[in-house]
Order: sequence, then structure tokens, then C-alpha cells
Amino acid sequence: MTSSRIANVGLVDHSRVVKFSFDSRSYKGFEGDTLASALLANDQMLMGRSFKYHRPRGPVTAGASEPNALVTIGKDARTEPNTRATVAELYSGMVAKSQNAWPSLKFDIGSINGALSPMLGAGFYYKTFMWPAAFWEKLYEPVIRRAAGLGKAVMEADPDRYEKSWAHCDLLVVGSGPAGLMAALTAARAGLRVILAEQDFRLGGSLLSETAVIGGVSAPDFVSATLAELAAMPNVTLMPRTTVFGWYDDMVFGAVEKVQKHVAVPSADKPVERLWRIAAGRAILASGAEERPLVFGGNDRPGIMTADATRTYLNRYGVATGRKVAVFTNGGSGYRTAADLSARGVNIAAIIDSRAESADYAPYGVRVIRSGSIVDTKGGKRLSGIMTNRFGYDEMIDCDALAMSGGWSPIVHLMCQRGARPVWSQEAQAFLAPDVGPLFIAAGSAAGHATMSECLRDGATKAHAAVEAVGRLVGHVNTPEVEGEYDPSFAPLWYVPGARSKAFVDFQNDVHVDDLALATREGFGHVEHAKRYTTNGMATDQGKLGNVNAVALLAGMRGVSPAEVGTTTYRPFYTPVSFGALAGTARAEQSRPIRTSPLHGWAKKNGATFLESGFWYRSAYFVEGEEKTWRESVDREVLNVRQNAGLCDVSTLGKIEIFGSDAAEFLNRVYSNAFLKLPVGKARYGLMLREDGMVFDDGTTSRLSENHYVMTTTTAYAAEVMAHLEFASQTFWPDLDVRFVSTSDQWAQMSLAGPKSRTILQKLVEEDLSDAAFPFLAAREVRLKGGLSARLFRISFSGELAYELAVSAGYGEAVADAIMEAGREEGICAYGVEALDVLRIEKGHVTHSELDGRTTADDVGLGKMMSAAKPDFIGKRLSTRYGLTAADRLQMVGLKPVELDKPLKAGAALLREGVEPSMTAGQGFVSSACFSPHIGQWIGLAMLKSGRERIGEKILVWDAVRSTEFLAEVCSPVFVDPDNLNLHA
Amino acid sequence: MASLITCPHCGRRPKEEFSIRGDAVPERPAPAASEEAWHAYVYLRDNPRGNIREYWHHVAGCRRWLVVERDNLTHAVFAVTDAREAAKGGTA
Repeated sequence: MTSSRIANVGLVDHSRVVKFSFDSRSYKGFEGDTLASALLANDQMLMGRSFKYHRPRGPVTAGASEPNALVTIGKDARTEPNTRATVAELYSGMVAKSQNAWPSLKFDIGSINGALSPMLGAGFYYKTFMWPAAFWEKLYEPVIRRAAGLGKAVMEADPDRYEKSWAHCDLLVVGSGPAGLMAALTAARAGLRVILAEQDFRLGGSLLSETAVIGGVSAPDFVSATLAELAAMPNVTLMPRTTVFGWYDDMVFGAVEKVQKHVAVPSADKPVERLWRIAAGRAILASGAEERPLVFGGNDRPGIMTADATRTYLNRYGVATGRKVAVFTNGGSGYRTAADLSARGVNIAAIIDSRAESADYAPYGVRVIRSGSIVDTKGGKRLSGIMTNRFGYDEMIDCDALAMSGGWSPIVHLMCQRGARPVWSQEAQAFLAPDVGPLFIAAGSAAGHATMSECLRDGATKAHAAVEAVGRLVGHVNTPEVEGEYDPSFAPLWYVPGARSKAFVDFQNDVHVDDLALATREGFGHVEHAKRYTTNGMATDQGKLGNVNAVALLAGMRGVSPAEVGTTTYRPFYTPVSFGALAGTARAEQSRPIRTSPLHGWAKKNGATFLESGFWYRSAYFVEGEEKTWRESVDREVLNVRQNAGLCDVSTLGKIEIFGSDAAEFLNRVYSNAFLKLPVGKARYGLMLREDGMVFDDGTTSRLSENHYVMTTTTAYAAEVMAHLEFASQTFWPDLDVRFVSTSDQWAQMSLAGPKSRTILQKLVEEDLSDAAFPFLAAREVRLKGGLSARLFRISFSGELAYELAVSAGYGEAVADAIMEAGREEGICAYGVEALDVLRIEKGHVTHSELDGRTTADDVGLGKMMSAAKPDFIGKRLSTRYGLTAADRLQMVGLKPVELDKPLKAGAALLREGVEPSMTAGQGFVSSACFSPHIGQWIGLAMLKSGRERIGEKILVWDAVRSTEFLAEVCSPVFVDPDNLNLHA
Repeated sequence: MASLITCPHCGRRPKEEFSIRGDAVPERPAPAASEEAWHAYVYLRDNPRGNIREYWHHVAGCRRWLVVERDNLTHAVFAVTDAREAAKGGTA
């Protein structure tokens, strides 16, 4: 054993064993472990392979910035690749697997890429893959791309639930280390609503890893006492396992809470992850600081990790990372780690200090090599020795782990996500948080403070300021005394000279110093260029560890300060967020709303096949008896409506109630045709234009009483028309007294059409429905037998004698059933939107197939609906402009193929007879087509250049998609009952 | 774009409740205005950087049209007015 558990040390529960597996081998850890700490306790240092060279790698951190220890956790549909073992909370039954290695983690054939590394240097994507072309398919693509990879996603659907939620607070504290805890405590005692968010499953941040004594108790005990007080306050919400990943406008923060990622089988009653949007009055960034790796030859061997990580594994998890640990440091952190290890009986091989002198002192008996460096390392799956160098003299020192410390970088990502750039501090040798205003401030080591006592005090101070700013009284908060803390200050060391093997900067993407040097030599030294050229910082860890070293190295190579090089752009997310969390409940059938009509149940039991139309499910056709194709059903429905009667669900049409003493005037201004004099009890077909003169929508509007109208719109434009009316009323004519309410969902509306519709309806309606008493376009409230009140409109889309009956949505199905029953002896049938479409094409009525945003009223033969008398209506002024009145515009006509068996399809182009088919010779197109059982062949409506003058002409119908060409005769768009005899029957 | 918009009727609400129509500066010309004026109203829009006035519709709230004055660079929102009031006040 080299790395191992130390009995009864740390915050893990040594009495509660947790069994798990890694690469099919069983292991035991303790409750409170991460996967990484448990593997280390079992002497499993090797956890992954690097992206490009497949080099063996172990964890280099104990936290969220981990670049190396990426594993796949879970099994079957719950498999989650690219999970950081360093933050994965261990649970009983966890199944973890290494990735990017074949055939196994120990023997990975891909590591041969290391030998090919001269070919795989910076910019290799742009150079190597250029030539010869055949190599792309045969070598590069299959071999290199497959070798350079991460974990694999599974194909099964995610079985778990996710959800989204909002949270609101006066103060959001991000991070629960010394600064965050004191900030939360200070604000909470003053009565602010506080949310304390912590990405770890245990609150306390760095305090959980430190051996200092705070207020007379151990750091973890201080955490427990503080949390107990916070948890007891009703104005405080503690959110462990919650990563605040983004800062957005108006102090809204994005956070993801891992609710059930620490159990093998999540409860179905809760989501596994919850995406929070936190609307905060103010926020304090207490995200701490990241310890930098040192850049020296062979710095990526398993067993080499940061001093901070080494200390965390030791003090929090009770795991010694080696039996004989060397330390390489440029500051106090290395000495602190050596002291903690030594106190637990771990041998310290040596402390290599890059500085000539320092005030830090080593544990008793430990050798310190001042002005020292490491130039190379040895070992395969784990470090076995380091080659040190002092003033040119080499010395090989045996060790099985190395703790390195290259100084500290405040974690300022969140503050830089909205355009502000971090600010280089020469004094701190770090990029510090920018000033982003008084609402969001950094505290503690995120604000550049070094020692624990400074961080505790700063957290309290910053919260104090926030409390005062919102006008509250600050409660009494003592910053506790700290004993035995250390000074983490350091002397900059960006690159360790004399490297005899690759010195890695970005571990995950295998970017080493030579790559950055090459990028600089080849003119890609700008930080954004170098990033793309070398892929530095482009891995899943987004360069949390390596970027600052890369910036300083580029600065050194270019002979400028890191301030001049600057950083790449910070964007959300701070750590990866699952697609599941982002989708929330909006998946599968919940991915968008489903709208069903109040008559859905009626349609279903009558055998409807449904058709998705926007969010609506509309009944398309009703299969009866032996009907095998949709055409058989539709043909039957169409013929039956024209011969007997049919009932169709038209509830999806938009319905808008309009009230007000100026409603008539308002309608007169939004419709192109006259509406002022519409009598009470009458319906009128109306056409709405856009301001550019094109047709917007159509429908009927009925006047139910002096100041009450009901408008119908097309199904597709219901929402748009409503918004249009509101806009016109509120901005164009705010003085008109008019109000609107959408009632599309409140009414079940059905169309009863056909010569026998009156006979059927009269059986159910109290009022006289004779043509004299209830003529075409009558629109009135009626009473159904049994007492239900309803609205009845004598309007027709099919061209037959027809009525639309509207009843309260809840009565819809019962009324439809009653109509079907009453119409049985007249031969009534249910018909769907397919039959409705055939009926309206036969009659030459337009839909949005014709009113496609490019047509004027005149184009579709409705020119007479453009009132010349009205001084103004929306669209009037530009409807007469040049081009919109040209004689050669496309005009709506009917089409009939010359040969009866030719199927006309919408979308086909129209050309002059005898012309070579081409798009440039186009004369128009087929807008709607159907098989007309009434005519006995396919017919269509078409938009044809100067179409109305060309009735009788034979034109070529060319369907390039279906490769058909045939002749059709241009005809009137009204195929049935041109004199409207049926309508007025 | 702002995350939260303070609707004069509903208070602070998430932006997802609103839909944006666009520039609130052009005013609908008089019916008899020149074709050029109408063309400019329907088709021509400035694309300024900085302060802009836009029509926002509180579709999932009070359904009022609002005039939002904001900075399209910093995303700061300066004022949110009911469009009817803005139209009557002659400032829209």
C-alpha cells in the first residue's frame, strides 16, 4: 500500500462502510467519501487517461476544478459520463468506470499517441489533417478522433425527473468556507433572507480541510456550530450540493442542485436535479481560491497533486496520498501540507522550495531544498521518484506522492460572466475580481485575502456592508479568534526551467509548455488564439487549473505582463450542467403544450385520427367500417356532408370577445371591410391586413349586442390576432373604449353542415330555425331543449347550409352526442379537418395556404372587401402602393388536371405549356390540392400570374420534388354551387 | 437582455413572460401621410447601440403592451411604461 486510510482521522464516518465498484472491482469506502477519496484510500491512484496522449492520470485536485479524474458513473440508462470523481459523493452500490482507455485503464493502447506526440503538437488539427486527403478518411478520422475522446453517452432515455424552480432572497452567499459562513451569519442575524449555496455535499468549504482552531474549537466543529445556528433561523436557506453556475442580468443567478445524485436508485417522488434561478437582492461571492499546479517536467504523473488537495484528502477524508510524500512549493501551503502529513505520521521525502529563503518552517527533521526545482519525474502508473535540481546539480529523490503548490488564484468566474474582465494584480500575482458594482461583491480568498482569519473577518465585513445598504441594523457578530493558521503567501513561479520531459499546463487536453511556445512562434500568441491553437482551456474543466499558468507563460514568451495578455472570455456554466436539468420537466410529451379541444373525447369515441396542428390535436378524419385508407374516410365524409349532414369540431378556431362603446369603430379600423353598420344578431366575414397591405388573417365577427362582439380567427393565428388587437387598441387608438378577452378555450364549437343540418338542429333548438327566422349570417344566442343556452351562427365554410353551434366547453361532448343522436335518421356523420379542407377547396374558400403573407385581398379574389369609403384601416395606406396593384400579380385560380387520374399536389410549380421546366420560368404554384369526390378528380387552388384572365388556359404543372409533369386547365376556384344556392337554402 | 422586467401592473416578472415586438420609436403616420412616411414607418428601423425604446407585450401576465427603455449593451432597464400611457403622453 502506498496511499491509504488513516484510522479515525477526518470527517468521514469510519463506522459506516459504503460498498462500490470501479472498473468492475469491488471496493469499500466510508460515508462522507467522494469517489476519489475512497479510491485513494484503496490505493487506486490511477483514475483516468488523458485526452490526447492517453497518459495515465490520477486526481490533481480534491474539488470541482479536477481535470484528470473523469469517470463514468452509474449503469444502464443512468450512466453519466465525464463525472469528476473528486466531487462525486460516494454512495452504496455506486458503479464507476474509467474512460478513454482501451482495452483497460492499466494497459491503454492509445498511449502510443505519446510516441506520436511530435505529430500531435499545437495546431495539429490544422496541419496534420491537411494532406494527403485520403489520410483523412483512412487514418486520421477513424484512429485519432476515436482515440482522442471522453466518456460515451448512452442511448437509453434518462429515466429520472428534473425540475426548475425560482428562489428569492435578500442576500445570496456563494460558497460556505470561512468568508461565506461569516457573511451568511452576519446577514442572517440582521434578519435578511439569506441563501447559502455550496457545491459540495457538506457545507464548510476549506474549513473542512484545515487543522486550525477557531474560537477554541476545531475548524469543522466551528462549521457545525455555525451551521446549527443558521439552520435554526427561518430566514436562512442552506443549499448544499448546489452549484451556482451563472450570473445573469438583474442579479439572477443560475444554480443546479443535485438532489438525488448521491443514491443508486433515486426516489420517483423527487427530481434528481433541480435547476434554480435565484433572484437575489445582493450577492457575496465567497467561492474561495484555487491552488495552482506547478509547471515542471513530468508534472502529470499519478500521485502528483496540489498541496491543498493533499491536505484535503488527509484532514477531511483521512487518506494519506502516499507513504513518502515530497513537497514542491513556492509558498506557505507546501509547508502546511508537510506539517499536517508529518503530524499524521506520513514521511516527508523533502520540501523543494523554489525560493531562496522564506519564513515558513518545515516539520522537525524534514529536509528543505531551497532554490530547488523539479526537472523530471519517474514512475508508470504512479510516481516513484523526482529529479530535483539545485544550482545545476541533479538529485533523484524517491517518493510515491508529490504535493505541489504554485500559489493561489481567486475563483472569480461568476463575476466575469457578464462582460467584466478580471484585473491582474502585480502585488497578489493573480487575477482579482473586477468591480461589478455594489450588489455583487467578493469576500474572503475570492477577494484576494490570504489567511483564514482575514477571510472570516472579510466575510463578516462584506455582509455588514450589505446589511447597512438595505437599511437594516447589524446584529452582533464577533469574528472568532484563529489559532494555528498559516500564511499562504507565495513567490511567483510560472515555469520551472530545465524540464526534461513534457511540462503540462492543461492536463485534460494535454497542452504542455512547448505547445504554447509553438503557438507564440507561429503568431498565435494572443490568448484567444493560443486557446484555439493549442486547445488550452477547452476541455470539460475549462482550464480552471491551467489557464492562469498559460496566461503567465504566454506573457513570459511575449515579454509582457500577464495583465497585457489578459484572460479568455468567461461564460456560464462554471461547471458542466446536465441537459436534463436544463430541460427540466419539458421533455417527451411535456416538451411543448398539448392542446385538446373540448370535443376531443367526442372525436375519439367516434373513431377520429388526430393531426397535430400547432399545439392542437385536431380530428383529421373518422374511420368507419372497412375503410383502409384515409382517402376512403375523407371521400365518404365529404359526400355525406354534401348529401346529408356532418358534424365537425371547430373549437380550435380563435375566439375573442370584444366589448366597449367604441367596439364597432375599432373593428372598422382593424378589418379592411366595413363593420360599423353590422346589425345586432348578424355575423360578417372580415379580412384583416398587415400594415404593409398584405392579408393577415380572416374570420367572422358577430354582433351579439350593441357593444358586444365575438370574433373568430383562424386556429393558427388566434394568439397573433389577439396581440394585434391589443397593440392597435393600446398604442394606435388609446382613446377608443374597447376591451378584449380571449375565450378560445371556453367554448366548444361545432359546425353542422349539409342540406339536412336544419332539420337535425331544429330537433334540439327551441327557436325557429327556418330560413326566414334564422337566415344566412344570423348570429344569436339560442336555448337548447333542456335549457342550455348556446350561441348559434349560420355561417358556412363548406358552402352547404351550415351552422356553427357554440356551448360552454364542459357541455361540448354531451351536445355533440345529442346532435349525432338527433341526426342519425338523416344520416349524419362526423367529419374532420381533412374533409373540411376538401369542402372548402371545392368551394374556393381560402386558408393560410393561400393567405401566406405574400397575398393581397385582390390576389385571392377578395378585392371587394377593401373598403374605399373608410378613411383608415390597418393596411389601407400601403395596399395601393406600387407593386401591390400590378396586373401581373399572382392571382388565385382553380386547377383541374386534364387527365382525370393525375394527382395534383400543393407546392407544384406552374409553367406555360411547352416551356422547358425551370424555376425561372415559373408562373405560380399550387397552394392547395385535394381529391374531390364531388368532381371525381384531383382539383386545386393555385396562385397564377394574371390568373383570372387565363381561365380556360392549359398550363404545365411541374412537381420537381415528385418528378411529375402534366397539363391542367385553369378554372374558376369555385367548383361547386357557384351561385350559393345551397348556402341560402 | 434583462432577466427581470418590472411591469407597471404586475411588478417584477421574469422575461419569459414577455414577448418583444421591437422598436417603439416609429409612430403610425396619419392615413393621408406620404407614401415615404408610411414606407419609413413599416420598413425602416435604426439599429442603435445603447439606449433603445421597445414595445414589450406582457403576454403571460396582464397582457398590456409596455414601452421598455433599456440599454442594449449593458442590459440596464431605465423605465417600463404602459404603452397606452406612453401613447397618450405623446412620448412613445
